[in-house]
Amino acid sequence: MNTWPIHPLHGGVHPPQCKTLSNQQPIHRAPLSKHLIVPLLQHLGSPTEARVSVGDYVLKGQLIADSANLISAPVHAPSSGTVSFIGPQAYPHASGQLMDAIVIDTDGLEQWCALKPLAHFSQATAPELLEKIRQAGISGLGGAGFPTVIKLSPAADKPIKTLIINGTECEPYITADDVLMREKATQLMVGIDILQQILQPENVLIAIEDNKPEALAAVRSALQQRRYHVVVIPTIYPSGGERQLIEILTGQQVPSAQIPAQLGILCQNVGTVVAVYDAIVEGKPLISRITTLTGQALHKPMNVECLIGTPVIDLLAFAELQKAQLSRLIVGGPMMGFTLPSLEAPVIKTSNCLLAATAAELPAPPPALPCIRCGDCAEVCPANLLPQQLHFYALGDDHPQLQAHNLFDCIECGACAYVCPSSIPLVQYYRAAKADIREQAQKLAKSEHAKERFEFRQERLRLEDERKEAERKARAERLAKTKAEQAKKAELAQAADASGASPAATPEDDIKRLKIAASMAQVALRKAEKQLDIHQTQELQTQVDQLRVAAEQAKQALDVANAAAPASTETPAVTEKAAKPELSAAEQALKKVKIEVAMKRAALRKAERNEADADTLAALQTELTTAEQGLAELN
Amino acid sequence: MNMVFIAVTALVILSLVFGAILGFAAVRFRVEGNPIAEQINALLPQTQCGQCGYPGCKPYAEAIAAGDKINKCPPGGEATIQALAELLDVEPEPLDAVEGEKPQMVAFIREAECIGCTKCIQACPVDAILGAAKQMHTVIVSECTGCDLCVEPCPVDCIEMIPVASTLQTWKWEHPLPPGTLIATDRESLS
Repeated sequence: MNTWPIHPLHGGVHPPQCKTLSNQQPIHRAPLSKHLIVPLLQHLGSPTEARVSVGDYVLKGQLIADSANLISAPVHAPSSGTVSFIGPQAYPHASGQLMDAIVIDTDGLEQWCALKPLAHFSQATAPELLEKIRQAGISGLGGAGFPTVIKLSPAADKPIKTLIINGTECEPYITADDVLMREKATQLMVGIDILQQILQPENVLIAIEDNKPEALAAVRSALQQRRYHVVVIPTIYPSGGERQLIEILTGQQVPSAQIPAQLGILCQNVGTVVAVYDAIVEGKPLISRITTLTGQALHKPMNVECLIGTPVIDLLAFAELQKAQLSRLIVGGPMMGFTLPSLEAPVIKTSNCLLAATAAELPAPPPALPCIRCGDCAEVCPANLLPQQLHFYALGDDHPQLQAHNLFDCIECGACAYVCPSSIPLVQYYRAAKADIREQAQKLAKSEHAKERFEFRQERLRLEDERKEAERKARAERLAKTKAEQAKKAELAQAADASGASPAATPEDDIKRLKIAASMAQVALRKAEKQLDIHQTQELQTQVDQLRVAAEQAKQALDVANAAAPASTETPAVTEKAAKPELSAAEQALKKVKIEVAMKRAALRKAERNEADADTLAALQTELTTAEQGLAELN
Repeated sequence: MNMVFIAVTALVILSLVFGAILGFAAVRFRVEGNPIAEQINALLPQTQCGQCGYPGCKPYAEAIAAGDKINKCPPGGEATIQALAELLDVEPEPLDAVEGEKPQMVAFIREAECIGCTKCIQACPVDAILGAAKQMHTVIVSECTGCDLCVEPCPVDCIEMIPVASTLQTWKWEHPLPPGTLIATDRESLS
């Protein structure tokens, strides 16, 4: 019957299907909720940013959030209404953490924004179609939610040879894809035509499990003259996993840490393909999806086409939830789904099933017993791993061994835990271990980065210090050089003075120099005199005499220079300036001599009071008389 | 006698030859830096916080290599002590810190209070604070290691350390109970 050969899959399990619970009725339209909670992150990738603000009126299908990041999918308003809140809201995630969302208060008008359908898509180019798919915000509806446009844009050197349309839906309870294929087979076919036009694959395979005869018939009748292969595969869990389905259909295994596109294979879920049809042919963005409402706690289990953002509690009420019987609500299937912590959370693009299970239906797992090494898990593992080894390594936190045993190839299908006679929650171990390894890798990357930055900073500071040190040195050198030059100049000037011809030194310079010399000699003299007053020794006395002579000489030299200055005709200003001190110089000299005489008198008196020896007194006396004589001469 | 002479000569020649080879190798293939310190440094969290008493992770790594204790790194916590104990083959010791192990922190500058003194910028070991003199400063969250070296120098106390919030991206599945351990309610229901 198949026109395409299929291959056996290693492992797999046959859990009770429980699909008839929900697939006996046509797809219902869920009633419009009062509030729609539209999370900003509904796909695998970067979160989007709100493009509307609180109070804005939005139309159905209007873009409300987008991201500049490549791996992202824009979000659209599922219905018309007013934005009432933007911020953290309940989110369907195992952690129960909140996620930023746009809350829309619906007005019930369901007023569409202007749509731009592309009815004649066969004339459009691949980039045009891809852009349209991107704008429609389509991400995989099968479960992982990877942005579809990225998957549809393979590397140029690895063209897609085989396009696989995944209609297997292997997990128990879920029938969303089943009823979708039954009711929307025509749209599905056109959607595949669009993908075919974008990718130009050699083969298109539509894989459907043999437990969906109605869907199979509908797809076959919609096929018409198209040359797609409808492949019926045996029902086994988890045949619908991307890697598993590829193995069944092509016999090839996708290598570890690679993606199917590297083998030239691309998988798309049937729901995603129908969303592509809606986006291209009808121009509608992805604002609704088909979700299975099932479980024995629901009075009317069914499939609904519901708007993204519809609170789970509204959908359960529509399916007539028997609250008393509900033991736990699972998003997704019983094998891979997670328990929803809050019923307020909305349906997002990836929510394919809500399973309201009773306690009898899905009893709490019995306490885990130690592993008995039966090996059943290894037999059912569809990824050919050794679950019990992984379990022991996970218990011991042996991360290198976990990685050596290819923990990251585990698809977390739960087949191992399903068959485990000791009821060990194996998948939980793997998930926790994977998270630990990822976290450690992130920490390591961060510490490497910090180290790099720290070392760079140290290097920068070192260079800065070096530069400053070099500058300091240069400055010191410059200073020493200028000092040396000055000293040289002074020497030259002195030499010129000595030779009697000083072309370099101007008279003012000379006077200045002489003034300084004179005052310095004076200061030295005064200091020595003070010393003499206190100690009264012979050496000090001679020193004072010498200093006095020197001071007098200096003063004389200054007087000579001052006298010479007015004769200089270099600049009148200087002459005038120099003349003034010349005039007062005589007075000053007189004053100085007077002071000297007074000081000597004081010194003599002091010596007398201190009862100094006769020699000193006599010396002072002669000094005083000579000074007095000098004064008399000057007068 | 002759035999003894030959043996001794042969041994002397051999020792000279090998000595020369070893001497050459010691000079030619000399290892730059301390390799064990490098390995230790790779295990440290590189927050450069100085809580160990050394100015950065590398000096501490060198100190450990020289025989210092391995339990002085609060940001690394027990995990780092375990890793170091394994690497150096010593007994792991409890963490030597007053407040024990702290969650991952990130610095936050209350921007309205910042006076733009640049003191925190100079204190940051990884250049994670952005700003200029008399301009408001802010922390680049992705670069901050949570070392808290910027808190102390701030003259207006506008920097605080806040624990990094758990997001959907950083959330982790919990480890299941090891087999054989029962939680209280299970024990009750079984008995």
